[in-house]
Amino acid sequence: MDWQAFWLTIRLAVLVSAILMLIGLPVAYGIAFSRWRWKFLAEAVVAMPLVLPPTVLGFYVLLALGSRSPLGRWWQALTGHTLAFTFAGLVVGSIIYSLPFAVQPFATAFGLVDSRLIAASATLGASRLQTFFRVILPLSVPGVVSGVTLSFAHTMGEFGVVLMVGGNIPGVTRTVSIDIYDQVQAFNYRAANQTALVLLVISFVALCLVYSLNRKVWALWRWK
Amino acid sequence: MEVRVKTAEPIVADPTLSQCASNALSIRLAKRLAGASRDFVLDVDFAIPAGITILFGPSGAGKTTLLDCVAGLTPPDTGKIMIGDKVFFDSKTGTNLPVQDRRVGHVFQDLALFPHLTAEKNVAYGLAGLDGTERQRRTGAILESFRISHLRRQKPGEISGGERQRVALARAVVIDPCLLLLDEPLAALDGATKSKIIDDLRAWNHAHRIPILYVTHSREEVFALGERVLLLESGRIVAQGTPHEVMAAARQETVAQLAGFENIWDAIVIAAHENRGTMTCQIANSNVELETPLVRVEIGSSLRVGIRAGDILLATVRPQGLSARNVIPGRVLSLLQRDVIVTARVDCGVEMQVHLTLAARDSLELQPGREVWLIVKTHSCHLMAGN
Repeated sequence: MDWQAFWLTIRLAVLVSAILMLIGLPVAYGIAFSRWRWKFLAEAVVAMPLVLPPTVLGFYVLLALGSRSPLGRWWQALTGHTLAFTFAGLVVGSIIYSLPFAVQPFATAFGLVDSRLIAASATLGASRLQTFFRVILPLSVPGVVSGVTLSFAHTMGEFGVVLMVGGNIPGVTRTVSIDIYDQVQAFNYRAANQTALVLLVISFVALCLVYSLNRKVWALWRWK
Repeated sequence: MEVRVKTAEPIVADPTLSQCASNALSIRLAKRLAGASRDFVLDVDFAIPAGITILFGPSGAGKTTLLDCVAGLTPPDTGKIMIGDKVFFDSKTGTNLPVQDRRVGHVFQDLALFPHLTAEKNVAYGLAGLDGTERQRRTGAILESFRISHLRRQKPGEISGGERQRVALARAVVIDPCLLLLDEPLAALDGATKSKIIDDLRAWNHAHRIPILYVTHSREEVFALGERVLLLESGRIVAQGTPHEVMAAARQETVAQLAGFENIWDAIVIAAHENRGTMTCQIANSNVELETPLVRVEIGSSLRVGIRAGDILLATVRPQGLSARNVIPGRVLSLLQRDVIVTARVDCGVEMQVHLTLAARDSLELQPGREVWLIVKTHSCHLMAGN
């Protein structure tokens, strides 16, 4: 098994799911509580990666990161090199690709918080931000854990976007799923199987965590 | 560090918060509501002084919406809401004080206790602006005065219904509110628990003298509290006064229909029997007379009489030696069976609906055309204000 690719993938997934938590919480808050009439547009944009072929998404991310786009030029002026085919570029692509896997569980959990609790918090003098941190977030822990876990697992296994944005540079952008593809191309089925099995187990464990949390099969947090 | 409060010291108003004791609440507002079956307008104009005022009305009358407007959770379409000289809402000047700045204690219908926090943290929730020692002192004192100190480490899911009500009350009053809104806070409790909590609430209010608006749809609670009552019906205040005045004399027809009166007629008062506590009413456009409970009305005035179909007895021979005062001859028009209940339509000068069991129908051998006697107790005749 290619440990370099494995650790690279872990690093990518941890970073992406951490950033997604920071970005996803405010986005999900907006989706859950905004009364804006065009809210469905924002929801559709966030959900796009669910239905878009990874190559299409990867293609546009590549264009956006390239030196012809304003974002790419800004990054190049800042760091001296382009984002495409770098680890940072991979992070950006993965964040967009996994965004719905974080935002949707967050928004669902926020939406399930009893609106009377939010009203009660307001009558007790708490601002919206205080209400979020003292009531909404603590009551949404299972949903937040689900979102982070799902985005972690999803980033671990992504292929199309990585290939389009990052290419296949060992130690920089070569992730386990690309490693598996390479092994199969080289008829090295044994090595491919080992790596694939690791990914399978990780995905299974992640999904078990998500479903058990949401059905409260075992209580990590005690309340009714 | 933890500060334990040993004795139930009186709760002293926090000097950093503005005083607002003894101020009346005045509400004038209109708000269009989308009801379950029809749209209606909540349109009220009243003022309440310090102390408990009961807001009574059937479900769907707009009670909770009215409280939400006062608390600032939903804005009225037009109107003005003031407590003392503090303006909460004024559509003319565009004032709409945010919920957070109104300092209104609110006990919600389902209590809305935070399920992830202990009783103590629930109560201390509204004191986030105070320093730790002061917060603990105030929380400890209010837990003590509502007799829930022993529950401080428990979460709402782990305590009884009555204890939860106490936590919700304590949480609402610990912020030293200008006004207290209670939305059917005790509906789920048994009588004894209820009256103990009400005693504690009265004791607290005695020291604080703020207006308390107490919403209920239970007649028993209205009489038990025995305070000023406002009767809200389809978005309007239709009566106010003592429980007896509001509940006995001025009951509106829709309230009656909600309570399940199948038989309602216009009637005219033709005689009062002060000594018996009854009066005689004649159903309009008929010669049917009913003996009803006595209410304060003039002879000759018109009102409405309601009788539940299940409160009428049927006999096939003229009954003798009965306590019931109304025995009216009639003729069965039709019998309709629905599940295990039979509805008989009886013509006795007016048409009355009577509910019977299947067994009663069979043993009396009832059928259309049969001569019968209808028997109605005086107190089964419910009086409502006329049109």
